[in-house]
Amino acid sequence: MDFLYGLFIAPFADFGFMQRALFGSLMLSLGACPVGVFLMLRRMSLSGDAMAHAILPGAAAGFLLYGLEILPMTIGGLVAGIIVALGAGAVSRFTIQREDASMAAFYLISLAVGVLMVSIRGSSVDLMHVLFGTVLALNNEALTLIGGIVVVTLACLAVFWRALVAECLDPLFLRSVSRMGSPVHFIFLGLVVLNLVGGFQALGTLLSVGLMMLPAAAARFWTVRVEPMCVLAVLIGFASCIAGLLLSYHASLPSGPAIILSAGIVYFCSILFGTRGVLRARIVHHRHRTA
Amino acid sequence: MTNACLTFRDLTLGYGSHPAIHHLNGVVRKGSLTAVVGANGSGKSTLMKGIVGVLKPMEGAVVRVPGVRTAYLPQQSELDRSFPARVVDLVSLGLWPKRGMLGRYTKEDRESVSKALMAVGLGGFEKRPIDTLSGGQLQRTLFARVLLQDADLILLDEPFNAVDAKTVGYLVQLIKRWHGEERTIMVVVHDLDLVRQNFPETLLLARQPVAWGDTKETLRPENLLKARRFHEAWEENAPWCEPEDHDHSHDHPHDHHDHAHDHHHDHQHGSGPRAA
Repeated sequence: MDFLYGLFIAPFADFGFMQRALFGSLMLSLGACPVGVFLMLRRMSLSGDAMAHAILPGAAAGFLLYGLEILPMTIGGLVAGIIVALGAGAVSRFTIQREDASMAAFYLISLAVGVLMVSIRGSSVDLMHVLFGTVLALNNEALTLIGGIVVVTLACLAVFWRALVAECLDPLFLRSVSRMGSPVHFIFLGLVVLNLVGGFQALGTLLSVGLMMLPAAAARFWTVRVEPMCVLAVLIGFASCIAGLLLSYHASLPSGPAIILSAGIVYFCSILFGTRGVLRARIVHHRHRTA
Repeated sequence: MTNACLTFRDLTLGYGSHPAIHHLNGVVRKGSLTAVVGANGSGKSTLMKGIVGVLKPMEGAVVRVPGVRTAYLPQQSELDRSFPARVVDLVSLGLWPKRGMLGRYTKEDRESVSKALMAVGLGGFEKRPIDTLSGGQLQRTLFARVLLQDADLILLDEPFNAVDAKTVGYLVQLIKRWHGEERTIMVVVHDLDLVRQNFPETLLLARQPVAWGDTKETLRPENLLKARRFHEAWEENAPWCEPEDHDHSHDHPHDHHDHAHDHHHDHQHGSGPRAA
């Protein structure tokens, strides 16, 4: 019993930084995972990745001007993310180029600018902080920020749920009954940026999208409805955060990658064992009904 | 025309600089049931899109009577069939005009969804994931959604595609019921026999309206022949259509040898619902 306590409870009970890390990452999962589900269902998984990279120059600008401070870096990231999202969206809407290409172009430019800015001043340690985050060093400011982002995200999802589902399921129909189509799309992109920015302090710009996409991708293998899929994604996110933090504590690994890798393990297990996964489809299920 | 539901005023719709509907004028009466027929590319779907407002007119206007609720069943819906939704979720979208984005679905709403599914012969399909439906079943599901929208103006674009004969019978009965309820209905159909048997009015399109009015009059052989001669392809160097040019086809500014077919249609400009 003591052993189990030492393994699972003690790290969180004994250390304040672990509690903060746990609290922060659980809150992040609560907002980011449902957003990830919709990102996946809209076939925009890689757009999420692109957006994560796009945030870098904004965060770097904040870092250049104010050092490793949460607020300026967050605001910078938010601004950069929104510029790229709107820019890529506008190019795809008003020219012949599709959104995947315009998004790739915008984020690559953005990423190059960001790396350049960080390298102008910072040492490579700083760059590592920005790229990979420091979940174990979440301060009150960062936790408040994440909390705010979660509240905004959940509120937006609750209000725009029906429109968001309709926009994913049958966009032409939505356009024929209401004008919500385009606003909902941009609100949704805004939520993606917001959650990525919330995650980058903890997980870094590169990995924050991992907590968004992996639980969502794993949940897809277990259910055929959106609502349970979102709930399940959040639960998988929770489990990954706890497992990742423990792993990082006991094995002295960096926490961000440990969390994302835990989610990755859940993802692989889901591919294999999910109710809609590989094994179930191949091995079980030889019987069928008459109608 | 006090009882107009839709008025087309010199309506030109198209893609790029090429018209797909060319200078359409006329009135769709409230409570009328109109079949829209014509060859491929004659502008039927484009007209539907223009009425719904998905496509903005290049010239002219579609005037809808204010407050008219419209339901639209597109030919190629942008429905994402891989989206994890059940039949009931898809059909419930039809409650949007009534409940909007935030209104809760009541018990009656759920009952009306079931009733709508029953009406298209899909009772008991509520829980089925939409990616397990056949093409015809999906079409009927979308029909159920239109049913639920409870609209005054109903636009159906080739609703009988991929639907078996028995179900076409069902759906036609539904359309007739709507007609009885004084709703205004426009249906794009290819089956002329079906049109002759069930639709009192017909609009025959070939980019320009060839004829519009009583079905028997509209579908006379000479009109059908005229529609069949319609040249489907766009021409890159077709002459620009000038506003004052509508009514005379004799002095086109360019003499491109291939636009002779234009002459067949040009005198049809400005044809209204009673022209034939």
